[in-house]
Amino acid sequence: MPTVELQLSPQPHHVRTARLVGVAAARRAGLPDDLVDELRWALGEACSRAVALHAAHAPDQPVRILVREDTAGLTVEVVDAGPAGPPADDADPVSFFEDEQVDPRVSLAVLDGLVDDVEIIATQAGTTVRLRWPLPPRPV
Amino acid sequence: MDLSLQDRTEGDRTVVVVGGEIDVYTAPKLREKLIDLVSAGSYHLVVDMEAVEFLDSTGLGVLVGGLKRVRAHEGSLRLVCTQERILKIFRITGLTKVFPIHASVDEAVAATD
Repeated sequence: MPTVELQLSPQPHHVRTARLVGVAAARRAGLPDDLVDELRWALGEACSRAVALHAAHAPDQPVRILVREDTAGLTVEVVDAGPAGPPADDADPVSFFEDEQVDPRVSLAVLDGLVDDVEIIATQAGTTVRLRWPLPPRPV
Repeated sequence: MDLSLQDRTEGDRTVVVVGGEIDVYTAPKLREKLIDLVSAGSYHLVVDMEAVEFLDSTGLGVLVGGLKRVRAHEGSLRLVCTQERILKIFRITGLTKVFPIHASVDEAVAATD
């Protein structure tokens, strides 16, 4: 079960690092190119959300990112220590961008729309965003 | 790739050509550019996103902020985008109802409210 784990101090420039590592791990696992791109966008969104939440609620704690390959496919988890909330609906989109501080629920809505298999796991300690992609069978 | 920003004037419109990645790190540069243009009296903006390689919700927030600023001066902010991934994000967030989105800069520059 090959696993890559990253811990990022919640600083905006690290989000790009997370995208690059996620893409490298996904390519290594054999994820098709169009899904690698989907992973890049989704992981970037999840990390932006986590970094913004940590900046507001847990500036001293790292954001954790796990990329795990197993028989079920490729799993990416972004683990934060911020408060959760339900995905935003699009009834009044502009209201979610008050003063350009993006409501973190927008990120969850984006993730839900970008990736077929998304799980948002809220605990007292924070939120885990779990994204999954199936992997094509390996040649024997 | 970092964020690249260039602007030019076409008639009464200002075209902002954005390239690279708009994320939580680079979005402040785009915010500053839009604020500078509005402060300088450019109230009709066309943001060309054809060379954008990544956009997260932070970037969406900056674009919405730009829209609010130009609207305060009875201006407009039009987007140029044909990339399906970006269009999908605008659809998911309901922002296709907020921004006029065009297939080319020429179309956006020619558009009237």
